[in-house]
Amino acid sequence: MYKLLLCWRYLRTRTIALVCIVSVTLGVATMIVVNSVMAGFTHEMQARLNGMLGDLIFESRSMDGAADADAHMRRIRELAGGDIEGMSPTVHVPALMYLDVGGQLLTRQVTLVGIDSDTYASVSQFGEYLQHPANRSGLGFDLRDRGYDVVDHQADDPARVKERTAMREAGWGYRRMKHLMRQQNEEHRRRLAAAGGAAAPQSAGPTLQDPFAAAAPPAPEEGETFDPSREQHTGIVVGIGLCGFRAADGSDQFVALPGDDVRVSFPKASLPPEAISEFYTIVDFYESKMNEYDSSFAFVPLQQLQRSRGMIDPQTGVGKFTSIQIKLRPGVAADAVRDRIRDAFPAQLYMVSTWRDKQGPLLAAVQMETAVLNVLLFMIIAVAGFGILAIFFMIVVEKTRDIGILKSLGASGNGVMGIFLGYGLSLGIVGSGVGLVLGLAFVARINEIADLLGRLTGQPVFDPSVYYFYRIPTMVVPFTVGWIVMGAVAIAVLASVLPARRAARLHPVQALRYE
Amino acid sequence: MAMEARTAATPRLTPRPAGAKSTAPAASPAAAPPAAIPRTAIDPPTPPLAAAEIGCTGLHKSYWKGALSVPVLKGVDLQVRGGEFLAIVGQSGSGKSTLLHLLATLDRPDAGEVHFGGRRIDSLPAAERDRLRNRDLGMIFQFYHLLPELTTLENVLAPALIAESTWGYWRRRHAYRQRAAELLDLVGLAHRLRHRPRELSGGEMQRAAIARSLLCRPRVLLADEPTGNLDRETGAQILQILVELNRRENLTIVMVTHDPWVAAQADRTVTLRS
Repeated sequence: MYKLLLCWRYLRTRTIALVCIVSVTLGVATMIVVNSVMAGFTHEMQARLNGMLGDLIFESRSMDGAADADAHMRRIRELAGGDIEGMSPTVHVPALMYLDVGGQLLTRQVTLVGIDSDTYASVSQFGEYLQHPANRSGLGFDLRDRGYDVVDHQADDPARVKERTAMREAGWGYRRMKHLMRQQNEEHRRRLAAAGGAAAPQSAGPTLQDPFAAAAPPAPEEGETFDPSREQHTGIVVGIGLCGFRAADGSDQFVALPGDDVRVSFPKASLPPEAISEFYTIVDFYESKMNEYDSSFAFVPLQQLQRSRGMIDPQTGVGKFTSIQIKLRPGVAADAVRDRIRDAFPAQLYMVSTWRDKQGPLLAAVQMETAVLNVLLFMIIAVAGFGILAIFFMIVVEKTRDIGILKSLGASGNGVMGIFLGYGLSLGIVGSGVGLVLGLAFVARINEIADLLGRLTGQPVFDPSVYYFYRIPTMVVPFTVGWIVMGAVAIAVLASVLPARRAARLHPVQALRYE
Repeated sequence: MAMEARTAATPRLTPRPAGAKSTAPAASPAAAPPAAIPRTAIDPPTPPLAAAEIGCTGLHKSYWKGALSVPVLKGVDLQVRGGEFLAIVGQSGSGKSTLLHLLATLDRPDAGEVHFGGRRIDSLPAAERDRLRNRDLGMIFQFYHLLPELTTLENVLAPALIAESTWGYWRRRHAYRQRAAELLDLVGLAHRLRHRPRELSGGEMQRAAIARSLLCRPRVLLADEPTGNLDRETGAQILQILVELNRRENLTIVMVTHDPWVAAQADRTVTLRS
């Protein structure tokens, strides 16, 4: 009982001890904030990585693909049918995409993905990232009239998001308008050419030139002349990062919109390889908020891509595929299913991996960053532990006579040790408790704090043009928080062990005589 | 080192075992200065101690100063009967306090034995000696030794706090508080329950210390220069309390002092001599 009473009294009367709690508090708060932000980033990133890829990816090692996706899918279903929710074959091919911006040709290196619009939505969250509400509910490769999102539908807080005003016009209206302008330009130029001779085209400037005029004319369909105001090429869904960029003020600027035509060049699946070039019409953007994906993928209908690349066997009509995306039922261990499928197919021809395997280096890097940060921050708490150690030795020396008194009154060595261990424990609990509250409060208000800091320093703390998130993502993992708090308390107790033992071993007579 | 004993009424040779049993009855504290008969007390045979409340035989103790051993006590015998008020006098450095600490089991003798209530206590395990100090041996000191963080009442309650578990104390807290309040009333400190030691005068602190030493109803009170830090008048009041405790409650008191006047208040005085 006297241990509790004296602990409590020492806690209240020794302000120097409270100073050493502050370092424990700060350490715990910082660790909670850092871990929550890192966990938030990781969680967000994983969700997006997994959203773009299936849970399992079954790939052909050949870029030209393997024949007959249906037969492969049947075999996979035999192996792991109970664990599989959906499958979709895809064709991946590196390609170059040319964008026409005011007469200039912008070249983009992309991975062209042929997807099956019926089944692809069942293996990934691809649909959710599209910008037209109707495409989100059912993916189609037809250009919509209008109605593309002006406000990012994935934003946590739409009020904070800058509007994408350009998207208001996107669609058929924009396409017709652009076609009309092009026609007028051509008309104008023709007239100038007729009137003024050779000088006119130069004065018209590059903006007036039709960039596709030099290229082969759009492929006429069914023998008719292609009319861009009424017709579209095959639809293509392009990553938002390929057609736009985020300005420093957080608003999005676009170099092309749904309704624009792009030209895509990619190799045929034949020997010798042969590059072909086709026109596609942008029908939508997707935005996964993973810059790596948003600036490197373009999606087209699977059949169209198979046909263009010559991946369809002329005799049987069976198409080739380069990979099969597999979606597993919730709670299924992906690694076990992967190994089962991997064992059943020849490893020289096929590669089976989970989405985690695919993003291994990225995930491992994030994990290592978190681990290193934790080690560094825990050292801060360890430093606080040494502070406690030093201050406790001081307190033990200061309290030498009291220890002698307690012993003369019959307190045992263990009892005296208990006072100081209890003191360390209560310091640890108070310190990490306050740190816990501070840390959680900081995490809950992190965006407001970042805004405030940005306003005070004039330098945005969280620059949305760097990250594709508008807000700092956070996730509080109770398990981690529990470990942090327990670790801090343990360090405080450990730091008080040595001084407490010294107190316990003090000789009562010498302690009583201590001046 | 020699020990000399006298009693106020009938001078007697105390350290000898035979003498211990038949020491003189309590005499008037204001007795005339009696004649002292010196008597060596080295190498006594182990005496029968059954009748003595607390005592020691052949006690040796030395302190080490570096490699040099400084002997403080060299074969001290002492017997104190139950209900006796004994004063131990001696010069500074003669080992009075050391003797008292040995009697209180705060320290262990190099040789010799300490007996209490008919059994040897200096060789008991630490936990039992702690218990003994807590329950049976009350101590008061020259510098009062109150805990500065606790109030007067809590200081008086300290032995109970140490003796009991948290739950046990909580269950009996009312009884303990009442006893502490009664004791503080007895020593005249009823109005100072909530004060911290630093707000009390020296005399008041010593009264609180006496109340603390009595909380667990000890059989022997060991007082180390209880008036050493007080003026004559305040010291007299403290002594008065001790004398009354001895008379009314029949409490055995062993008091160390260097002041002959203070020693004269006791039933019997022994002198420690180098």
